[in-house]
Order: sequence, then structure tokens, then C-alpha cells
Amino acid sequence: MKLAYWPGCVSRGFTTELHGSMALVAEELGIELETLDRANCCGAGVIAEHNQELADTLNARTFALAQETGLAMMNICSTCQGAMSECQERLDASAAYRKHINEALSGEGLEYVAGKDGFTNKNFLWLLVEDIGLETLRSKVKRPLEGLRVGPFYGCYVLRPKARLGYDEHPERDLYLEQVIDAVGGQVVDYDGARKCCGFPVITMNRETSLTQAGTHVGDAIDSGADCLVTPCPLCHLNLDLQQPEAAKVVGRDLGLAVLHLPQLIGLALGFEPKQLGMQRHIASTERVVERLTGANV
Amino acid sequence: MANYTLRVRRHKPETDDRGPAGPYWEDFRVSLDPTLSVLDGLLQAKDRQDGSLAVRCSCRAAICGSCGVKVNGQSTLACKTQIGEAQSGANRVTEGRHAARASRPGSEPIVVEPMGNMPVIKDLVTDMESTHWAKMRQVTPWLLNDGEPPEREHVVPHEAMVDITQTISCIQCGACVSSCLSMEASPEFIGPAALAKAYRFVGDPRDAQAKERLYELAQDPHGIYDCTHCFSCIDACPKGVAPMDQIMRLRRLAGNDHEIDDQNNGHRHEQAFVKIIESKGTLDESLLLQESFAPGVKGKLVPRPSAIKGLLESIPTAVRGIRTGKMRSLSKLIPGVHPKLPGDSQENVKKIYERAEESRVQFNLYISGTDKEMAENEDTSESAEEATTV
Repeated sequence: MKLAYWPGCVSRGFTTELHGSMALVAEELGIELETLDRANCCGAGVIAEHNQELADTLNARTFALAQETGLAMMNICSTCQGAMSECQERLDASAAYRKHINEALSGEGLEYVAGKDGFTNKNFLWLLVEDIGLETLRSKVKRPLEGLRVGPFYGCYVLRPKARLGYDEHPERDLYLEQVIDAVGGQVVDYDGARKCCGFPVITMNRETSLTQAGTHVGDAIDSGADCLVTPCPLCHLNLDLQQPEAAKVVGRDLGLAVLHLPQLIGLALGFEPKQLGMQRHIASTERVVERLTGANV
Repeated sequence: MANYTLRVRRHKPETDDRGPAGPYWEDFRVSLDPTLSVLDGLLQAKDRQDGSLAVRCSCRAAICGSCGVKVNGQSTLACKTQIGEAQSGANRVTEGRHAARASRPGSEPIVVEPMGNMPVIKDLVTDMESTHWAKMRQVTPWLLNDGEPPEREHVVPHEAMVDITQTISCIQCGACVSSCLSMEASPEFIGPAALAKAYRFVGDPRDAQAKERLYELAQDPHGIYDCTHCFSCIDACPKGVAPMDQIMRLRRLAGNDHEIDDQNNGHRHEQAFVKIIESKGTLDESLLLQESFAPGVKGKLVPRPSAIKGLLESIPTAVRGIRTGKMRSLSKLIPGVHPKLPGDSQENVKKIYERAEESRVQFNLYISGTDKEMAENEDTSESAEEATTV
């Protein structure tokens, strides 16, 4: 399977371990990635908040670059998925609006074509379940994550709004993390925060609200017996992992729960070593995850 | 007819022989047509099994907004949720989570709880006053116009009113407030319903206080910049108001049209983000952090004490990042070192900026509809015409 690949900004910025693990895991799963290195930031909802037309044009440019390759497109960030799907919804809704936006791309020889055959923009989680399939994933597992108790953390942008994010066609998209954890042999931990907000979008505006959210969800997962969380969103990772010691201060309790990127969890099951997956770069220690796996392999 | 189990979160604060009964779950078996509503199921349970079951309702047609509850965790109107669909929803979660296990269709209870973020008065009846209505009053929900009243009615351009029809659709049911994830962490947040109502007046050309309203909402630490952009209210709203979209429109007006430099760093953060993508194409995170709090020497703005505090608060996080290797490279440490897009791509992004900042088109699907909907409408009107001709 060959895909046009939009890694996003944060996976090449503060969470390079995500970008690195994705490359390893893709190869193992038989995915060839053609990186869209000319593409721009999705705007993360912030640019749309500033100027909707600007956000729509910037994302139309990325879609057009992907369409130029003739391949379906994959992203590895819930926030990219949500921000891009929002723009795509408007672009697909009206031929007149699309024409207006495409005029801005014509200088570069680009055009976004709505409903172009074979073009989709899916994040790795959706692609993994819908296009690769849980059975294929199961068959490739070399190290079942037996005994590892994993709490799913989706990120808002792949959950809501349902009407925009393809839930009519794929109603189980809000259950895929559980299905994937199960497929790689892990144990799903049910806890209150799995589908809530990590608080990242307001970290620079209302630190208290933001870190209360992150700290509460991490705390709930710990109380439910999780060894780690797994998330398909690097921005959630920043608030849940990078900010975890600060979140602990805000919610007034000890935390200390590893937060894995989705490709890291898959990578562990495919037999990669924690260090290859950059797990030493995390702020919240991943030692417990490693111990569980070593224990399971003895 | 089909059988359903409604698992209801009950709470009876009144004292009886056994003393006050705190929250507990109680199952009710009901029997009704799958196309009837969860409210119909609750009313049947109340009628046939326990008259003390408290639920607020009136119109039963998604107009009055009285029967807000949570069904399977989702804030909604009990009268607008078909019980058959609620059953599928309850089954889907159990089956989907355990895809590997044998499913047990039809056996899961439909979970009904009172709305969130509000105190419970009894069973499914919440106190709307202390959260919803109090917050609604915070945004001065009436028209504030200047000067003497006109002799006759105010004449308003059609387009201007169309712009606010989406917010006018609100029926004050509180489903969005119930679902709000910001409010869960920050109970003082003005919240989705009241902020959507604020847009209703900010966007009304007869209102003379738009800027003042925006100033207050931007400066308030629990105003427009306390929304975490989680989309919960959009999915909860039974009337398509999309409160979060209205909050984003308020931000757009406050920051861009009125250049309100709020103390929450909301506008600065947005400006910094937008500027960085214009010059670098992808996000330079360290520059974003620095620019959000303390715009560089080229900027006209001077950091204020709260911004310096914010920057200082982020230092321990940065130190940890450097220690583990997350931020151990020049481009991540030094703001501005981040590379631009290759070739002429950056130049093309700049051109996109020039054009879009000039035209600033806002395309609202709620108002414009989609090409597909328009075509369907045409089909319907054509067939209606045909029907009349016949």
C-alpha cells in the first residue's frame, strides 16, 4: 500500500519519536509513505478561528498536493484530521466556493478536486482498522502485549462532530483504539477520560483549565489500573505527557503514567525495542510498560 | 413493540422513612415501538411502575427544550432520541469494545442520566437556574441599541438576520452546557449556550454594544478563550446551533475586527500562530510559545506581567523537554531557527495569505446549505409542481 503522507508539524517538532516510530511501523505493515514535504500546517483550528478562508485555502493546497501524487492520504494527528476535515467539508459542499479557493492555488498549478477517485484523508488509526484490518494487524504481532493494561485516549478531533467525521459510514470510529489494543494483545482499561478533552488548545490561555483536564484524565486512568495511555494525537500527548508534572501540581496528586503514541504501541507489538521507538524521550517514565513486556516475555 | 431496559440514574434528596437516598441506578423494563422516544419509555415507567420517577418534559416534539438528559453518556433531548436507536447505541458500544467476543444484541440497558455540569434536584431533573440561566444573564441577553427608538420598527437587511438565525434556533435546553468539557474542569466558564446567545446580539446590526460585549467576553478569564475546542456542544445540540462555531466567530470578531488584546493571551496566541505559518509554513513551537506570551522586538506589543508569568511557568516544562531529548536541537530550542518550506512553496503560502486576508470569506453551511441539498430541494419542488399540475 502506497500513501501520500502528511506527518503534521508536532510529529516533527516536539514529538519526533512519533514520526520515527511511524516510519518503522509503516515498513513493517507494508505501507510505503510518500511524504508531502511541500505541504503546510493544517492550522489546528487556530487559523480558521482567525480567518476561515485562509484555513480552507491552506488545507485545499495540501489536499491538492496529495491528489497530485494520485495516492490516498494519511495523517498521524487527530488535530490535523479534525482541522482538515472541517475545511474539506466546506470545500466539498459548494462548487462555487471550491472554485473561489482553487483560484488561489492555480498560480502553483494546483487544484483540489472534490470526490476525486481514490482520494481520502485518514489518520493512521482509521487507516489501520479500515484499510489494513485488525486481522492483518493480529497476524503481524510478534510480541503480544499480554498483561499490559492500556487506557485509550482519542483526542476530540477524531471523535466530534460525528456528522463531519464519517461516523455515518464508519460508526465504530470511536471504538477503534479499544479494538486495536485488543488486537495487539493488550488489555483495555475503561476510564472516564477516554473520549474527553486533553485541554491542550487552551494551555497558553487558561493553564488552570487546561492542566485540570489533563491531570484529571491521567489520574482517572491510574485509578482504573492503567499501565499506560495510548493516543493517536501528538497534541494530546504534549498535554498528557510533556505537561504531566505540571498537571500533577494543578490537580494536587501524584501522577506518573506513560502516554504512548499509537505507532509506539503497535511498534512494541511488532517487536521493536522501546528505544527504537523513542520511548526514552517521554517525560512520564515508560519503564513500567517495559517491565510489563519483559515480564510477559520471560 | 419491543422490550427495553432503561437504566436510570436516580437521586431522591427528600427524606423518607429510610432517609435521603443518594444517587443509585434503577432498571425499568418498558415495552414500546422502537420509533417512539426515550422520553416515551421514561413516561411509561413512571406511569406503570414508579410514579415518583422525576423527569421534566412538556412538548415532546423537540421544541420546548425541557427534557434534556444524557442517553448512553450523550447529552440530548429524551424526546428527540428514538428508543430503538438508543438501544443500538448501547449495544454497539459493548459489541465494539469487545469485537473479538460473541455479541449479545438487544441485551444492553439504555443508560439515562441527568444532565452534567448542573446540580440534580431529583432523578432526571436538574437545576437549570444556578448554571444555565445564571450564565445566560452574564452575557446581557437582550438588545442594547443607541439613541431614541425609531417611530416604526427597525429595518434590518435580510442577510444580517440570516447570519444570526443559527443562534436564534437555540431552545435553551442546556444539552450543550451538560456536555461542555471545559466547564467540567472550569465551572466558571460562561459556556456554550450563553456564548452562542452572545453572538446572537454581537451579530445583530441593531445592537450598538458589539465591541463592549466582545471586550468583556475576551477579557473574562472564563469567557471566549476558556473554550477548549472539543466539539462536544456541537454534537449535543438538538437544533444545529453549533455553539462552538459561534464562540470561534466571537473570537474572530474580537481579535481581528476589533483587535482586542485580551489579558488571556488569546488574541496574541492566534496572531503568533498565524504569523509563524505565513513565514515558516509549518509550526515553530518554541517561537509560538515565545510570541504568544512576549511578542518579539519587531512586534508592537509589550509583554504584560501575566504574559511574563506564563512564560516563566513554561520554563520547567522546557527544561524537562531538553533533559529527555524532546527539545534537544537548535530548531526546538531557539525560536525562529525552524526551517521554511522548500522551493517556492513558502512564497506560495504567502500569496495564499495575501489573497485570503483581503477577501476573508466566511462560508456557513448551516445558512448556505450544500450543493447536494440544493439539488434535492429543487427535485422536491419540481415534484411538488408536477403534483400540482396533475
